[in-house]
Amino acid sequence: MKSIFPVLTVVAAILALWYAAAVWMNATWTYDQAARAEVELSLGEVVKDTLNQERPKLPAPHQVAAELWKTTAEKKITSKRSLIYHGWITLSATLLGFAIGTGAGILLAVGIVHNRAMDMSVMPWAIASQTIPILAIAPMIIVVLNSIGVQGLLPKAIISAYLSFFPVVVGMVKGLRSPDAMQLDLLKTYNASGSQTFWKLRLPASMPYLFASLKVGVAASLVGAIVGELPTGAVRGLGARLLAGSYYGQTVQIWSALIGAAVLAALLVGTIGLVQRVTLKRMGMVR
Amino acid sequence: MTLVILSLLFWAGALWVNVRIAESRWRGTRAARLGVPAIFGITVLVVWEGLVRGLEVPGVILPPPSAIAVRIGGSLDILWVDFLQTFVKGALSGYVMGCGAAVLVAVLIDRSPFLQRGLLPVGNFIAALPIIGTAPILVMWFGFDWQSKAAVVVVMVFFPVLVNTVQGLADTSAMQRDLMKTYSASYWQTLLKLRLPAAMPFIFNGLKIATTLALIGAIVAEFFGSPIKGMGFRISTEVGRLGLDMVWAEIAVAALAGSAFYGAVAAIEKGVTFWHPSQRR
Repeated sequence: MKSIFPVLTVVAAILALWYAAAVWMNATWTYDQAARAEVELSLGEVVKDTLNQERPKLPAPHQVAAELWKTTAEKKITSKRSLIYHGWITLSATLLGFAIGTGAGILLAVGIVHNRAMDMSVMPWAIASQTIPILAIAPMIIVVLNSIGVQGLLPKAIISAYLSFFPVVVGMVKGLRSPDAMQLDLLKTYNASGSQTFWKLRLPASMPYLFASLKVGVAASLVGAIVGELPTGAVRGLGARLLAGSYYGQTVQIWSALIGAAVLAALLVGTIGLVQRVTLKRMGMVR
Repeated sequence: MTLVILSLLFWAGALWVNVRIAESRWRGTRAARLGVPAIFGITVLVVWEGLVRGLEVPGVILPPPSAIAVRIGGSLDILWVDFLQTFVKGALSGYVMGCGAAVLVAVLIDRSPFLQRGLLPVGNFIAALPIIGTAPILVMWFGFDWQSKAAVVVVMVFFPVLVNTVQGLADTSAMQRDLMKTYSASYWQTLLKLRLPAAMPFIFNGLKIATTLALIGAIVAEFFGSPIKGMGFRISTEVGRLGLDMVWAEIAVAALAGSAFYGAVAAIEKGVTFWHPSQRR
């Protein structure tokens, strides 16, 4: 809590810089319009105009806030203009993909830790694939799946699943291998079978690593779902709002979709952080 | 059908070979550690080729690796131009600017714990955001060419590298800092001779994460507008033209570029942080 005052100061500084940048960047348009109407503007009028344009180069914070309020609180949730509706479309693809990716990742990690052939053949590829820009093939996956009839939620979920899969595999393998030799020997003295060692030692020991990779994975899933909405001219979801805003020059719409995505990312990572704190506390592993 | 059966047999054979190597007495050797994943990779390619040709999957859904290889061979000039535009002009320039700025800002705010306490939570928050969403905005500000892609990369790599550098600068122990005090070292001497070298493992951790982010940022930013060259541009237009073999060719180039970039940074890390426990064989 002692960092709340510095954080607020930094946020206030960012807002102040944002306002100044908005005035500076939108001023060109203001001066152009004034020159056309052959009107001289005072500085106060310039500032007022730059902060209230309809298609600004950089929307002012209050414009974005107003647009956010308009598309969330003042619209019905089922309306196609509601940010909550679009956010839910993106969120459902993210959650489904995240669940699939995490489940598959944990299974593969268990396989890698217990089977040496799988470890030697798959693990180098899992690590190497983190350096490959997987997101670049999102359009292709969407188009290919659409052409064989799989549309809507599932293609985006597959991209999200792929993006969260590898961080979970790498983190979970590290976690399942984290018990040291003394702990493994202790279980051997208890005559524990392989599965007992797994459930009673390896799995609980991997929890901190799992939660760290879950946070990375959920952020990656969200980005995957948003990028998955970009091709094929999607009409629903936060990515579609971003694209529509950029096509029709609605800069305030772009910014409100961006803030919506940011809030969603913060909520997801925050929820996992909360679950992490509660779970680790109950397991006695709080650091 | 014979192709399908043959490729499945190949898979079974390669799996048997890998299991035998993994359980043999040579499993710790370098040859085994490189050979087993190599055999796995080759198996994936062979099974892919066999299944696609055997089940007669249309080339617009999934082209076989041989068609992709032919396409790569025939389009080297296009691939080179795209590589220059996206990787060298977009990703690399943005990477250098973003990482340099992040290390500089970290050093600047190093004197002020107040600013650090404020900037780190905000930085962690921004690092978790889908920065890709800023791509259309940056294209609107900087135009279609490589500058907007470099701007997206700068925004994407800045905060992860900043957070890692700040963490690294805080990593020295009290005894080490006291030693510098006994040498009557000034703030800048302590910074340059103790704290920055000690921060190198953390900085390189951030730099390695940033290599992946840089390439992703440059490619995806090109989905939002680009002159008629660049890897992202080529991928999105070839998807529209159903030229999927070209898409896979571009993906292969991107994968190679990404791995080479990461490998280069990891090699520099090995040279700079030779003293760190993680670099022990």
